[in-house]
Amino acid sequence: MIVAEQKSLDEIKTMLAPYQKVLIVGCGTCVTVCFAGGEKEVAILASALRMATGLEGNPKQIMEATVQRQCEYEYNEAIADKLKEVDVVLSLACGIGVQTMNEQFPEMLTLPGLNTTFLGQPTEQGVWVERCQACGNCVLATTGGICPIARCSKSLLNGPCGGSQGGKCEIDPDVPCAWQQIYDRMKALGRLEALLEVAEAKDWRTSRDGGPRKIVREDLRLEK
Amino acid sequence: MKVGSNLEKILTAGYFAATGELGPPKNADPEVIRRKAEILKGHVDAVNITDNQTAVVRMSSISVGIMLLNMGIEPTIQMTCRDRNRIAIQSDLLGAAAFGIKNLLCLSGDHQRFGNHPMAKNVFDLDSMGLLRMVRDMRDAKKFQCGEEIKGPAPCFFIGAAANPFADPFEFRPYRLAKKVAAGADFVQTQIVFNVPKFREYMQRVGDLGLLDKVYILAGVSPIRTAGAAKYMATQVPGMDVPEEYVRRMEDAVKGIPKEDKAARKAAWEEEGIRICVEIIQRVREIPGVAGVHIMAIEWEEAVPEIVKRAGLLPRPQV
Ligand code: SF4
Ligand code: SF4
Repeated sequence: MIVAEQKSLDEIKTMLAPYQKVLIVGCGTCVTVCFAGGEKEVAILASALRMATGLEGNPKQIMEATVQRQCEYEYNEAIADKLKEVDVVLSLACGIGVQTMNEQFPEMLTLPGLNTTFLGQPTEQGVWVERCQACGNCVLATTGGICPIARCSKSLLNGPCGGSQGGKCEIDPDVPCAWQQIYDRMKALGRLEALLEVAEAKDWRTSRDGGPRKIVREDLRLEK
Repeated sequence: MKVGSNLEKILTAGYFAATGELGPPKNADPEVIRRKAEILKGHVDAVNITDNQTAVVRMSSISVGIMLLNMGIEPTIQMTCRDRNRIAIQSDLLGAAAFGIKNLLCLSGDHQRFGNHPMAKNVFDLDSMGLLRMVRDMRDAKKFQCGEEIKGPAPCFFIGAAANPFADPFEFRPYRLAKKVAAGADFVQTQIVFNVPKFREYMQRVGDLGLLDKVYILAGVSPIRTAGAAKYMATQVPGMDVPEEYVRRMEDAVKGIPKEDKAARKAAWEEEGIRICVEIIQRVREIPGVAGVHIMAIEWEEAVPEIVKRAGLLPRPQV
């Protein structure tokens, strides 16, 4: 899922300073699951803002809404009416939701209330870790199902580097060395020989380096 | 002979090589380099110039390499994958070769987390394996990394790689060295060796893989300067293995010298540090497959002439 974190209340207040009536819009998908921008977080942020702006003697009108999936026009239609009543929207969706809102409702500015952080997985209650960088050409088949692009600090394709010690990455004793994990997994699978071949330099065109990416599926497109 | 650098000639002639290292300054002062280079001159076969080591901005490796060439000292430039993509690396290497630089050490590079610009974006377009293969293909196949032919003189380097026998997983390290050799490494410089028995075991395994005829291995050595430095290396540097024995010897070296007598303590530490370094050189020299030593005494270049002298490595052969 897409993992995000709420911006600080101070930053949000600064962003909202020029506006009086604010609609906070949460999203019911990834950011709900990672407790950053679902219905509950929208409610908590709304009351925090009401309280803070009230104490400062200039209470803002804060409205709340949560759509099922903010990255699709279809779901955002549900809140189109509410937009007429406010000066600005504060989105608690990922950056994709924020952009969808801005594109769909060009007359209304939608501000980001979250920092979209990574594509990851909850590993235990309250902990999320990065798992994929959407490189566009998945190599998990050759690395025992562990991503070296996202999980090795240097995105090495032929690790582990000389800084790997005790299963930890050289950058931080709290960061596992992805290549130690890959090694252990390949060993357990009896496939260590696959790590003896030099992995070719990666073609990054499928990644962000090739420019903004787009997928067109002719089989799914509607007849024009 | 692939390139004909002094280092390559020394190694192919079967001499025990001794190389040094020079850390460029964090400013634009050429005098520092001249001073350090003068100290190393004549005592080593080639001098490595680090490429922004530990991700701290320093004068570029290639420019210092050119200064060394002008002083009649053979440089080994370093190139990491952290700061440049394949376009920038190849471009810099064309330039380095045009100036007559012949030895190149290919590294992944330390992560910028510990440097003076932790907020920088890193590159890692290639890893050290990709870099080795690219440089080898530029030389042997006269091709750029994209496959396009290099028309006219191609850059021709004696290609080095790094290896850390002490990093984990230990049993994979010899295989990773084999990958570097397959990718194009002609010579290898190891992480600083303090744990000689473990290094011997590593070399045994490297030999078992049949690599000793394919690559020249230079054991990394370094004189420890203080007991604090020994302790720091033993506990704080990932991928370093400093046996307790050396930490203790450094501590014992200043026993009985009053704390106030800073000069005497410094002299005692430096003497012990050099002594340990010379011992390690003598011990690694006995290990089959060790073709030389790479002496890393960054910010203590003065130690190098003394170390090579005591280790019986002088005069350096003229080839
Ligand atoms: S290899 Fe690429 S697509 Fe596969 S998990 Fe890693 S970043 Fe994602
Ligand atoms: S220690 Fe492991 S995870 Fe960290 S950079 Fe090296 S190979 Fe990658």
